[in-house]
Amino acid sequence: GCFVFKPSPKKRKVSQKTAIDFRGRNNESEDSELRFVTCQSLWNQIKSETEQIQEDLNKQLFDNLLSFLRRSHSEFREKTTEWTCQMKSREIPTAALVLGVNVTDHDLTFRSFSEVLQNNITPYIALLEAKDCPDVKNLMQKLMGQLMNCYIDVDSLEDEDFVQVSQNRIRCSMTSLINWYENVTKKTDSETPSKKRTSSSRRWQSPPVVVIFKDMESFTTKVLQDFIVISSQHIHELPLVLIFGIATSPMIIHSLLPHSVSSLLCIELFQSLSCKEHLSTIIDKLLLTTQFPFKLGEKVLQVLINIFLYHDFSVQNFIKGFQLCMVEHFYSQPLSVLCCQLVDAKKRVNSLSHDQCENIRKLPSFRRYVEGQVSEKQIALLTADNFLKEIVQKLLEDLHVYHENYVSVLRCLHVFTSSLPKYPLGKQIRELHCACLENRVWETEEYESSLQLARMLNKSDVVTMLQQCVEIFVSSSGKEFDKTVEKLKEFLTQFQKLEEAIQERDVSVSSQKELQKKTDLFHLQKTLLELKESRRSKKLTKFEMLRFEVVDYIDSLVRTYLIPADHKTLHEIVYFNTASVLRGHLNAAPRIALHTALNNPYCYLKNQALKSDGGSISNKAPDICIVYKLHLECGRLINLVDWLEAFSTVVMAVEGPNADAASSDQVDDIIHARFIRAISELELLGFIKPSKQKTDHVARLTWGGC
Amino acid sequence: MSQPEGKGSGALQVKFVPDEEVLKHIADDSGIKVRKDKSQLMANVKRFVKKLENISDDEAQEILEEKNYVAVLGICAQDPMGNGSSISGGEVYSFQTPKRSSKMAELASELAQTPGQSVASDHSKCPEKTAKTPQSSSNFLWAEIAWKHNLIPLKKKEFVSTTPYRLRKRLAAPDLYLESESEYSASCSEEEDEEDQKEVSTVLSGQKTPAKTKAASTPPPRNNLGKKNKEDKMSNLVEEYFEAHSSSKVLTSDRTLQKLQKRRLNQQTLHDLLKKAPLAYAAEIKELNQQHESLFSKWMLQMHLGFNIVLYGLGSKRDLLEKFRTSVLQDSVHLVVNGYFPSITVRSILNSITEEVLDHIGTFRSPLDQLEFIIKRFKEDSSLELYVLIHNLDSQMLRGERSQQILAQLSSLPSIYLIASIDHINAPLMWDQAKLSLYNWLWYETTTFSPYVEETSYENSLLVQQSGSLALSSLTHVLRSLTLNARGIFRLLAQYQLENKDNPSYPGLSFQDFYQQCREHFLVNSDLTLRAQLTEFRDHKLIRTKRGADGVEYLLIPVDDSTLTDFLEKEDEDV
Repeated sequence: GCFVFKPSPKKRKVSQKTAIDFRGRNNESEDSELRFVTCQSLWNQIKSETEQIQEDLNKQLFDNLLSFLRRSHSEFREKTTEWTCQMKSREIPTAALVLGVNVTDHDLTFRSFSEVLQNNITPYIALLEAKDCPDVKNLMQKLMGQLMNCYIDVDSLEDEDFVQVSQNRIRCSMTSLINWYENVTKKTDSETPSKKRTSSSRRWQSPPVVVIFKDMESFTTKVLQDFIVISSQHIHELPLVLIFGIATSPMIIHSLLPHSVSSLLCIELFQSLSCKEHLSTIIDKLLLTTQFPFKLGEKVLQVLINIFLYHDFSVQNFIKGFQLCMVEHFYSQPLSVLCCQLVDAKKRVNSLSHDQCENIRKLPSFRRYVEGQVSEKQIALLTADNFLKEIVQKLLEDLHVYHENYVSVLRCLHVFTSSLPKYPLGKQIRELHCACLENRVWETEEYESSLQLARMLNKSDVVTMLQQCVEIFVSSSGKEFDKTVEKLKEFLTQFQKLEEAIQERDVSVSSQKELQKKTDLFHLQKTLLELKESRRSKKLTKFEMLRFEVVDYIDSLVRTYLIPADHKTLHEIVYFNTASVLRGHLNAAPRIALHTALNNPYCYLKNQALKSDGGSISNKAPDICIVYKLHLECGRLINLVDWLEAFSTVVMAVEGPNADAASSDQVDDIIHARFIRAISELELLGFIKPSKQKTDHVARLTWGGC
Repeated sequence: MSQPEGKGSGALQVKFVPDEEVLKHIADDSGIKVRKDKSQLMANVKRFVKKLENISDDEAQEILEEKNYVAVLGICAQDPMGNGSSISGGEVYSFQTPKRSSKMAELASELAQTPGQSVASDHSKCPEKTAKTPQSSSNFLWAEIAWKHNLIPLKKKEFVSTTPYRLRKRLAAPDLYLESESEYSASCSEEEDEEDQKEVSTVLSGQKTPAKTKAASTPPPRNNLGKKNKEDKMSNLVEEYFEAHSSSKVLTSDRTLQKLQKRRLNQQTLHDLLKKAPLAYAAEIKELNQQHESLFSKWMLQMHLGFNIVLYGLGSKRDLLEKFRTSVLQDSVHLVVNGYFPSITVRSILNSITEEVLDHIGTFRSPLDQLEFIIKRFKEDSSLELYVLIHNLDSQMLRGERSQQILAQLSSLPSIYLIASIDHINAPLMWDQAKLSLYNWLWYETTTFSPYVEETSYENSLLVQQSGSLALSSLTHVLRSLTLNARGIFRLLAQYQLENKDNPSYPGLSFQDFYQQCREHFLVNSDLTLRAQLTEFRDHKLIRTKRGADGVEYLLIPVDDSTLTDFLEKEDEDV
């Protein structure tokens, strides 16, 4: 069933050029090369950025783990012989590393972690996975294999044959492992005595052996138990440290291991940051920034976030989806050549070809722009390429400025909305971002209600928020915010003044109160009632006025700067908006496709004979559709004879008029054959299977579906 | 622990709680680290209570997000997908509803009687049609449910799946019923049809006046998604499910193909006959294929960027992949795997990579070793590139967990580019999260509607018409190499099996009886010789042994009766 095809060596290309594929159908577009290069460089930037983010986020965790590892075998190193220490050292130091349910991302974390370990603590690391270790023997085999291999790495392959032998010959037991460890440590002792005494390499004296169980939950209990019990016996001779990678909760250790075993472990818990936080950081750094010219449209972002939240919680997959968006965008949009840093884009505009100019003119957003201009300018835009290029440069700059402002104002709005009760505009900035991209946010009900709520904030909150906003605007790259900052600062000082005034008044009020301290119940009630009355009818206090002003000001900022991106001219160049493509590729529904094809072949085969309305199909549909439709009417078992008869009834009706009695036998055979084919196709698709329950019956494998 | 309900009033209760519970709460909340010292935890009970509040807030948030998700799904359903895949899941995955045995014939005759017309047109007047119910898009089933609900109060449950017409007949003359059950004549079914039509129409008209029919039988309209309605629908679905599965007996007619007097077709004649039948809608299919072919360069691009391609959709994708291979991959090393081939294994795939692509001579202890070797070689030599095309990645032989794991690991190599096709409806269930991330799929819908010619030609379990020629020839070949006595022994067994072919609970021939018979025919002289002979048969998979309930060994030839008859006839000719 397998065939290898090798081209003759002459014909074989030296290196495949991916850029060639980029050209695709529209061969004529000469910018494809440039587009591809832009795409690749942008992707590389983004990739390194995400890696950097991941590293930064993990740093804290790794630091904690490293200090734990350093601490864990300090007793061992000092070779203390005290009785208490010995008792304690029966316990294996263990780190329980809670990583969250996004198992697919763990690989990356472990890889970078083992790198860090290798550099800082110990060369002896073994990464074990449950699927390699069905029993203790295999586990030991894997463990020793990895440890001895890493030994090679340290000594740079000088005695390979020794290891070769050891892997095959040495019985995999704890004793041989200990012997190996003693050998190795002794060797490093003797080999590098001078180096060792020097300052930093103290850790080499007897580095711990770190065993990482990548997916602790999927190990069989017995294997884990046995391994722990065995190794705890040898903990004096071998400084072992275990690290459990846990996807669910730390309680799993206790439910997997009985008390007698878990008491042999000295467990410390470490928590990696949640994948949600990771995602928000990624979105913050990739999307809510002007650093990268490429942007995601609202629906696309929704799709990606939904895949993350409801399917896998995997940040890696999110980034892959982002990559796919980029590739799609640069592949399908010829104008994406302008999707680069502003300076480059301006240069590229000047060298655009005539075809590309025509492409620009075809953009819907550009057309809208043209329609808004006076007639002479319209003509110039539509005819003169040079004029068009000038305008496009200006528009691109506008777009850039818009993005700069957008991000700052969005953050500022988020400061206000993220602390409101019930979060009408969402807790995360990504939700706010989506809402703003979708349509004019100030026209939505949620925005209205959050403004209402913002008008009821207390003073200290308002002040802190204003301070945060000031910080955001000061640190932003937008140039238009000097005035805004001033305005906000003015608000702050006003609040300050208000506070002082209130304090003064407070003093006076309290003094007043002290005077009329003695009141009876009747008077109290009366004054309270009066107070209530007055409050109802009372005019707004100064503070309230000011608060209204602040909220209104924020509102005006939102209205000027948070215009949805698809209202901007030339947004098609930088925004990727075809969410359906993305959904189709990442979150496909094969069964629905089959269902549609079988139930409604007209969706695919555009033939008028197949056209039908409602949930029915015509009898001229392909055989498999008819057979499928017939089988839907059956229960768990289907009689083949009935089925065949029904099928031939349908098919004969189509061919009815021209089928003569003479050739009926022949026709029958063909129908029979067609039926067989259709049925075996259904079997291949998994709708039916042969059944032994009754002769000439097949079993149906699906429920309903009709 | 204080009750979460109490949080609204702001009154916090502090109670003594066992450590385990506290631990559990911490375990639930991912924000806090568990340390071994418990005393600290005890001191902080109050803090946890506060945490709890936070958690419930989070839950509220979650619910909100869920709503959003549903809304987004709605949005996406409205997306102009072009191919109408905006079907809600409920339509595809719904519960099975009880069916009547004659339903298929009815649909068939209806389809036949209204050529070119839509089947459901008769019922298009019914107002409920616009309100699509999730569990039935076809009005047939729908009408049937209504019909059935109407009937239930009238008669006993066991008669549910027979038509009232037949019921009456049955009560009048039981003999007649039996006949009509096994072979109903055309006129009879027509009558039934008419009656059904009437039945349906009365029910449907009855639904317009709600006083007449039970409201429960009409599934609530979809656009009105009140909670109560939802519950109703759920319970309805559940009831239907259990109704469908309550009786182990399935009512189908007893007709068999043998009575149809149709000669069985073998693979060759089937193939010839199908060649004569013209392929329907060839032009449209060609157009579809051209659409897919325009994607070739995109596939190449995406494969080079580290994605792998998986094709799904109705119709054989073999030709498409073949075209892809010939048009794009001519100048590069590539491996074609026919997954539908019945004897393909992962091992053979790995072997062809190591032996033919990497030119490695030598064997490996296990596929995992082999995989490791391949991975190492590909990582060392960055100039190595390999395209792998797998037809039917979901075939019987490759769908196992281990095979998929190995293939996934292969495909995750940056210089191995995988493009595969899947057909089975449950194929995506093969992959868990880990495998999916290794495969890094990009899904492409390539519905081709072309017949699965190659893929089904190997389907040797195929329902009816397989001639069993393979089994027959292997039988004769093996037997020809045996001694005369051995052949006689096998003949005895075969004859005995054929004599009992009408007995459905035939367990096989017990060893003792067999020994007796063989002795009588002077074929063996001792228990031991017979056992030796049987071992040989078993090694060649000619017979199977089974232990009965009483511990007696039963012998069986695992070949169907017709093949066995053919075999005996042939043997007779030879002798």
